[in-house]
Amino acid sequence: MKKLLLATSLLISSFTPLSNAQEVNVYSARKEELIKPLLEEFETAQKVKVNLITGKADALISRIASEGQFSPADLILTTDVGRLQRAKEMNLLSAVDSELLQSKIAANLRDEDGYWFALTMRARPVMYHPDRVKTGELGSILELADAKWKGRICIRSSNNIYNQSMVAAMITKFGEEKVQNWANGFVKNFARTPKGGDRDQIKAVVAGQCDIAIANTYYLAGMLADTDTENQKIASQLKVHWPDQQGTGTHVNISGAALLKHAPNSAAALRLMEFLASDSSQQWYAENNHEYPVVAGVETSALLKTFGDFKAEDVPLQQVGELNASAIKIMDKAGWK
Amino acid sequence: MNSLFSLNTLVLFAAVIIAVPSCVVFGAWLWPDWGLWSHLSETVLGDYIVNSLVLAFGVGITCGFLGTWCAWCVSQYQFAFSRYFKWLLFLPLAFPPYIMGYTYTGLLDFSGPFQELLREATGWGYGDYWFPDIQSMSGAIFTISVVLFPYVYGLAYVAFSSQSQSLFDVSRSQGLNERQYFYKVALPLALPAISAGMLLAMMEAFADFGTVEYLGVSTLATGIFRTWFGMNEPLVAAQLSSGLVCFVLFLLWGEKWVRRKQRFYHTRNTTPNQPRRISWQRQSIVLASLLSIFLLAFVIPVIRLVSWSVLVVQTSPDFAALFTLLKNSFLVAAIAAIVVMTIALLFGYAQRAAPPKVIKNAIGLATMGYAFPGAVIAVGAVIALGNTDQWLNKLTLQLFDFQPGLVLSGTLFALIFAYVIRYLTVGYQHVLSGLARVSPSLDEAGKTLAESGWGILRRIHAPILKPTLLVGILMVFVDVLKELPATLILRPFNFDTLAVKTYELASDERLTDASLPALFIVLAGLLPVWFIQKNINTN
Repeated sequence: MKKLLLATSLLISSFTPLSNAQEVNVYSARKEELIKPLLEEFETAQKVKVNLITGKADALISRIASEGQFSPADLILTTDVGRLQRAKEMNLLSAVDSELLQSKIAANLRDEDGYWFALTMRARPVMYHPDRVKTGELGSILELADAKWKGRICIRSSNNIYNQSMVAAMITKFGEEKVQNWANGFVKNFARTPKGGDRDQIKAVVAGQCDIAIANTYYLAGMLADTDTENQKIASQLKVHWPDQQGTGTHVNISGAALLKHAPNSAAALRLMEFLASDSSQQWYAENNHEYPVVAGVETSALLKTFGDFKAEDVPLQQVGELNASAIKIMDKAGWK
Repeated sequence: MNSLFSLNTLVLFAAVIIAVPSCVVFGAWLWPDWGLWSHLSETVLGDYIVNSLVLAFGVGITCGFLGTWCAWCVSQYQFAFSRYFKWLLFLPLAFPPYIMGYTYTGLLDFSGPFQELLREATGWGYGDYWFPDIQSMSGAIFTISVVLFPYVYGLAYVAFSSQSQSLFDVSRSQGLNERQYFYKVALPLALPAISAGMLLAMMEAFADFGTVEYLGVSTLATGIFRTWFGMNEPLVAAQLSSGLVCFVLFLLWGEKWVRRKQRFYHTRNTTPNQPRRISWQRQSIVLASLLSIFLLAFVIPVIRLVSWSVLVVQTSPDFAALFTLLKNSFLVAAIAAIVVMTIALLFGYAQRAAPPKVIKNAIGLATMGYAFPGAVIAVGAVIALGNTDQWLNKLTLQLFDFQPGLVLSGTLFALIFAYVIRYLTVGYQHVLSGLARVSPSLDEAGKTLAESGWGILRRIHAPILKPTLLVGILMVFVDVLKELPATLILRPFNFDTLAVKTYELASDERLTDASLPALFIVLAGLLPVWFIQKNINTN
């Protein structure tokens, strides 16, 4: 009986992801297109098979939590800091003590206890149409609540994590009350009910529906490099303004990685993390998705360079993750759809 | 009696397992968070509820009209190309609604080609003219309806075309004109089928996340995600989900009420309805209306996808990878469709035998999954299967000092399990609609002819049920083909489907690149449509 049961269990579990020493299992909120080529390079270089599941960060975190001590996941990749922080708070992560990662990635771009590390940065500046916005008209993001911007601003829904993180970062810089007042005025200046993605905001500016849009730089760069020439034409009409250069700096978010607590292949997973922080991987991110490298000395893509250099905000990313819910409440109250 | 008892036990067992996610959302009320609720009710809750209701009823009514009109024309009249329209009108179903949303936004929004052309032709600028806004509530209703009206169409078509010729002849001899025949005879007879289709469309509208999110309409579904993921409040999100359940219970009750008033059986021993010749004026009206529906719901968006795909093909994409995706999509869709229809048939027959109340309620709970956003079901399944795995391991450790690890989580089983929970509603509504046409007197007749129970099923029920069952299988198959959130969350390692690939590219706003896998979903949806239509026609 015992033998039979053992055999059946073995048979059943042969259909399930089993781990052996030559594998790393990655749960990624980063899209397959934007990670697979790097993973394949790692596979050939290190002779380690990389298994991948992509999905939304929160769903992946739920899955890891439910799988508990049997979870096959070694590494989680997310595209914003809030989710990494959440995984840490849920006690799903394992601290990593890697001299290499610590030396390569600046202290403000990694968890102070080594639970997560940033892999790339994404900037969220203002994009404007030079015919309709005069130089010098734009300054701090806070000024976008002024009445002179009435009916001139396009931005996507507050459901979006980039906006949630942006407002959360503002709370750390300016305090809740000031940000609430700002949001009330800012929302009144919207040219239309928020809809579509970042690219749609860019298009709306070019179409004349609004004069400025707030969007991540890699969307603009992605349009400039698009196979559809129509998108290239649209994107080339806009210019980038880096807000708050005199003050606190422009909002940036990160994509990052963390080692999981029950990782069955932690040694190989650590090697993969270090590989993703290597100069060549950083270069790949920069070239292929127009994100900003986190490792000093790695060049940004030629397209990103045309947007100019900027001063990024220096806020404790950990807090940005914690303030996500407060940010949503502020946006709810301001009527930001 | 014995066999009935065991059928009920089986059904109860299956229903309880499948109903877990629906029950969990009510369980969440054990931990209410009134602070957050007061914030929600002061700010966004009103919007969520009103928008969800407007969307669902808008979609239901639009689908009801479109589907009934198409089914009526195709089943009643002879006109040019009518035998093609019979199955062409199923095709829009192959579109994932959010892809429809992306495509139409690209075509119709301010920076799209239509308005661009209009401005060039007239010299107008922004604000000088009115143009329908696709990114709005009415745009969302349009987008979702053009994808879902085939639900109504399929069920209504089978209902109309199986109405017997003698009904029509008798009505005419009683002095009813054609309009009166439609309203007084044909429509009431087909109403159970039509309302079942509308119900499905409305449930799907409640559950839709991708389309409304993109089109900027906040509904309960977007609110659930905002609360759950954005605010990290899974309990309040589950409580919001219970709002969806209440809406659906209300709908189910309404639908039952419609059916109770309209329960007709009619026998098929006379000639089935033959399509009638009509004047060329009426032919051209019918043709024009069906053609515009087909153009809007299928041809125009397909042209958009194809024109994008042509650009992508020039960059020589990985076709081998695409075929792997196609294979995976087909595999899970076929397994899920068969499992769903099998369970739906069990449920349908249990329901038909006037079972005890507990069975009825269990079936009711188990067939509500369609109204839940797929991700809610998927996370429910993740948690349920994860806990079962932990428990299994504890058990084997106790008994045999051995731990098999994850047996259910992260396998194809998990994926199929979620599909069944979500799409059982679709299969079940089709079974019910089919069984509504099997008069109990046929069973009696069978018994008098000394047929066994099995013989009655095989020789009497099967031929009558076959068309609706085939349509049901097709619907579930195509639904699974398009299914996204549950597939994303539950799939095993290195297992992607066409929908996953499309979504990944589209959500990264790389619509051009997403067009190729999206086109493959649509093409993959054509094959079963063609197969089913052949089978329906020969019936």
